[in-house]
Amino acid sequence: MDLTLLHRRREHEWEIPQRGQMRVPAILFASEALLRAMDLKVYQQAVNVAKLPGIVGASYAMPDAHWGYGFPIGGVAAFDPDEGGVVSAGGVGFDISCGVRCLLTGLKRSDVLGVARELADALYAHIPAGVGSTGAITLEASEMQAMLRGGARWAVERGFGTEADLERIEERGQMPGAEPDAVSGQAKRRQRDEMGTLGSGNHYLEVQEAIEVFDEGRARAFGLEPADVLVMIHCGSRGLGHQIGTDFLKRMVAPGEGIALPDRELACAPIHSELGRTYLKAMRAGINCALANRQMLTHLVRGVFAQVLPQARLSVLYDVSHNTCKVEEHLVGVRARKLYVHRKGATRALGPGHPELPEALRPAGQPVLVGGSMGTASYILAGTEQSESHAFGSACHGAGRAMSRHEAARTWRGRQVIDALLARGILIRSPSMRGVAEEAPDAYKDVTEVVNATEAAGLARKVARLAPLICIKG
Amino acid sequence: MTAHWEHFPHGADVGVRGTGKTPAQAFEQAALAMTAIIADPNTVEPRERVRIECAAPNEELLLTEWLNRLIYEMATRRMLFSRFSIELDGARLKGSAWGEPVDRSRHHPAVEIKGATYTALRVGREGEGWVAQTVVDV
Repeated sequence: MDLTLLHRRREHEWEIPQRGQMRVPAILFASEALLRAMDLKVYQQAVNVAKLPGIVGASYAMPDAHWGYGFPIGGVAAFDPDEGGVVSAGGVGFDISCGVRCLLTGLKRSDVLGVARELADALYAHIPAGVGSTGAITLEASEMQAMLRGGARWAVERGFGTEADLERIEERGQMPGAEPDAVSGQAKRRQRDEMGTLGSGNHYLEVQEAIEVFDEGRARAFGLEPADVLVMIHCGSRGLGHQIGTDFLKRMVAPGEGIALPDRELACAPIHSELGRTYLKAMRAGINCALANRQMLTHLVRGVFAQVLPQARLSVLYDVSHNTCKVEEHLVGVRARKLYVHRKGATRALGPGHPELPEALRPAGQPVLVGGSMGTASYILAGTEQSESHAFGSACHGAGRAMSRHEAARTWRGRQVIDALLARGILIRSPSMRGVAEEAPDAYKDVTEVVNATEAAGLARKVARLAPLICIKG
Repeated sequence: MTAHWEHFPHGADVGVRGTGKTPAQAFEQAALAMTAIIADPNTVEPRERVRIECAAPNEELLLTEWLNRLIYEMATRRMLFSRFSIELDGARLKGSAWGEPVDRSRHHPAVEIKGATYTALRVGREGEGWVAQTVVDV
């Protein structure tokens, strides 16, 4: 991106001033280096989002932003329903409530090293991953309805975890306002056999080690010490969410149904409309599906650890979703307003003291879980006192791709990537060599650069850096 | 103009482009390009037939609809398709896809497809023939 297009407001905050049909400015949070490497499409998409009816404040892009569908991935935008505000299926994305869950294990690296190979094989054997995999249970109609309403709470009630897990999940594990009847039969059919599956692409399950702690107080509040072993799960709402995205994008794009916009990808509907309301009900059911899915995967992980490392005690550190639209109260100027905040590839980052945080985490601020790639680091950050005033309490979600899948598959071979990672002590298990090549660590941006920019911009503060030991790749 | 397919890059995902003498042929090739995101189409035997009919407000939206129907059939039947034969009547489509159940040891499937988007969507004439393209989310 050409930096002369931007007005620098602060060291890590760049503005595209409001002009033409833009209703608000667009603001990009990034370092100079990240911006120079950023696709110009992010600029265009951030500008396009700023043109949508009812948008409040600004159209934001996080430091890991890249070219998406209508909205940039890494985009944040809030809408006021009473000022014609809209909800956009593209602004949430196909993988509704895709997110990251982090589990503490109570183990140190030294406990795991001797059995790492056995643990990797057992996780790979028990976690359904990749194309064509199915979960252990099939959801019949009435259970499907209960799952879509109940989310992770439904899973816990069915024996997949404990009540204590729910405390550590956004919305306490159950998104209110979900309506299973707003979800198509096709979407439900796609999910029937997919509960408790990881998926493919950039989804993974990793065993990681905390290799650096930046903020001891907050790390302690999160139950985290150096050399601790953690499990990180990255996945979403599986076939159900994908089909809800498909169904509603189609309806919002169809002439006469949504709001006609020059750019088809920006398809949206007024929040105060039948289509807007129906989408929100279905999307919330999609959030519950993702929360239930990560809960069931947690249960599978516990089963594997019970076999291989029975001394492990797996508890949920936190569970965040980074593809959502949520109703939140935010202070705009001097007035508290109820806004519909879209986060497409962006994590909510509630600051210390926020009433929605569980009591144990409230003084420290919300854990923000940032996934890396197979070979690089992941980070745990925390929401700050200022995050609320910067981008409606939002932060980055990952490294973001630097290279297309196509180019990655041409550049590397899966076996070569696996061997190179093994030489560094990282065990990869995956059903697909090409999948591994497409997800090669060097196909991603430098996650450390992204996280440093996130911290420097005041969106979240660094708590710990984690390095992978084992990666199960879908 | 010989019918063929190719991929084009999109930030995190993949673009599929089909080219042919007719719009129908371009649609068939775009579908083949989509299979090729998951696995080598040459390894997929066209043993089972699935019939597909769909419609949309216009030809471009029909391309996304056609690819989304195939994504749905692949996901729920756990199949891959390697042969397509369709007829287009304005913005209505009728035809069949042939393929077989996913066999991990033979197909080595790389990635599942979430949905076809409206990004870089285009159906139109190009030179002597037709092109049909869009980006799919993986």
